Amino acid sequence: MSSFMTIGTLEPKNKGAKPIMQTAQNLEAAPTAAPSEAPTGTTAPVPSPTILSRPASASVENGRKPRTESQMNITAKVETRDLNLFYGPKQALKSINAQVAANAITALIGPSGCGKSTFLRCLNRMNDLIDNVKIKGDVTLDGENIYARGVDVVALRQRVGMVFQKPNPFPMSIFDNIAYGPRLQGIKHKQELRDLVEKCLHQAALWDEVKDDLKKSALALSGGQQQRLCIARALATKPEVLLMDEPASALDPISTLKIEELMRELKQQYTIVIVTHNMQQAARVSDRTGFFLLGELIEMDQSSQIFTDPCDKRTEDYITGRFG
Amino acid sequence: MEQTAPLTIAPQSALRSQNRLRQTRRRLANAGMWIGASLATIIALVPLLMILYYVTAQGLPALNADFFTKLPKPVGETGGGMAHAIVGSFILIGLASLIGLPLGVLGGIYLAEFGNNRFGWTVRFAADVLNGIPSIVIGIFVYAVAVRPVHHFSAMSGGLALGIMMIPTIMRTTEELVRLVPMSLREAALALGATRWRAVLKIVLGAAKGGVITGILLAIARIAGETAPLLFTAFGNRFFSVKLNEPMSSLPREIYTFAISPYEDWHQKAWGGSLVLVLIILVLSLVARYFTRGRYKAVR
Repeated sequence: MSSFMTIGTLEPKNKGAKPIMQTAQNLEAAPTAAPSEAPTGTTAPVPSPTILSRPASASVENGRKPRTESQMNITAKVETRDLNLFYGPKQALKSINAQVAANAITALIGPSGCGKSTFLRCLNRMNDLIDNVKIKGDVTLDGENIYARGVDVVALRQRVGMVFQKPNPFPMSIFDNIAYGPRLQGIKHKQELRDLVEKCLHQAALWDEVKDDLKKSALALSGGQQQRLCIARALATKPEVLLMDEPASALDPISTLKIEELMRELKQQYTIVIVTHNMQQAARVSDRTGFFLLGELIEMDQSSQIFTDPCDKRTEDYITGRFG
Repeated sequence: MEQTAPLTIAPQSALRSQNRLRQTRRRLANAGMWIGASLATIIALVPLLMILYYVTAQGLPALNADFFTKLPKPVGETGGGMAHAIVGSFILIGLASLIGLPLGVLGGIYLAEFGNNRFGWTVRFAADVLNGIPSIVIGIFVYAVAVRPVHHFSAMSGGLALGIMMIPTIMRTTEELVRLVPMSLREAALALGATRWRAVLKIVLGAAKGGVITGILLAIARIAGETAPLLFTAFGNRFFSVKLNEPMSSLPREIYTFAISPYEDWHQKAWGGSLVLVLIILVLSLVARYFTRGRYKAVR
């Protein structure tokens, strides 16, 4: 296994090499979102380069193909075990077992109402706010169960930041928006705050656009700028994991592109989970993809695998646009 | 598809109405509604403008430096002022705010954030009932619990009566406005590691600030002019007093006393007092508007 890991790590673009296993290590180094280049499992047929128009193969007409090994042996930053979630009597998540690889972008796709946002919100316990929600099972962050008794939710949310679907800047100045999180953590020193704000704005690729008017209202920014501001704000609490709930769905293509570039930058330092309705986006930016359907995680694997040779017929139907 | 009925051929223009009569009727109805609504607005404004005009016209001559600095002269002498009542009114409003503001605002936040249960429903209902209770009844109640036991009227009991009146108004407006703050703002704050109360106090209340302050001002404006609950609580005082455990005068109370007196000079003073009362409320509103102007509103 380790020898394949080395191959993957050292020669990520070598199309000839076909490692049997994809591990987290080579997953990190694998070229981003280039399904035609990424290595696939040995059992897989050679994928056609156009990922969305692949015809259904007869061998996967029903049920699953045997699982490829690629899913195993990931250094999981976040992991869920048998996670069930109920809204009152309605079960929204059914026994989810998922691993979120560290320093990688994990995309969650699936039709509306399939539970991907609900799942995302489980990872920093945002569902705690909603009445009538019952959660069973474990969610671990670095091996620690975040639903265990005595867990400090505030500390958890500082480690697991979140960016929402619609940009939601506070009605304050740009500076105060970003300084909000650090101030909560007790940082009062002016220069320290200023440096931090500048750093986060740089990271979110917004600095050049706003550096001269940090005192301006955040609400006066454009939608794309607001969303990048929200990302900067989330980064200011120095999280380890960044959850993004359709961060680009309310944005125009150029802003979307900027956010995607930003995500690729950020994954060097952060573990990113993104919910998206846009399959091209998932294919473009993510290293791993999970497909949700009716509250179940149908499969979760490397994006190259999911978009070229999914194990499950339903995944294939969805990504080829047969439904959803 | 070829077998379907032939399409009706439109006249020269499909946009031109087929029925002249109907078109005319629509135009008339539109004009009628517009005129009706405009008239109603104007009629509603007439009493307000007339009051303002009347109070100004009658009250302005009574206003001079003495009015704001002197006490009323004994019966038969002209001159003097209402300094004691102006100061008294401010003190009473201050006392009432000390009670009504925190209880009303915090209660309103509670109702909006955590009040979706039986208890919240009960509180909301109680607040609405309290809002509808005649002010004189509140006066009698405070008389029974805060005046009778200590055997004398006091500014404190007056402030208590007015404060009780403020609570439901502030509570309900605060609740409505806090509810209007989008959930996404709360979530944003919580996702950054804010505790619930910090998110509510800084972000939610910050976003609802303008409306909440308007609600508070309405409540203050309402109690500033209340006479009935003060009749048996703060009572009234012919002399200058800032002691909270003694009777205290107030503008509405003094307006009442002066207006029912048989002296022309006192009537003048009553008008003057009315004008001052109106001006206080006006200034308060303007000041609040200034401080809550949308500094961080989107520039459109």
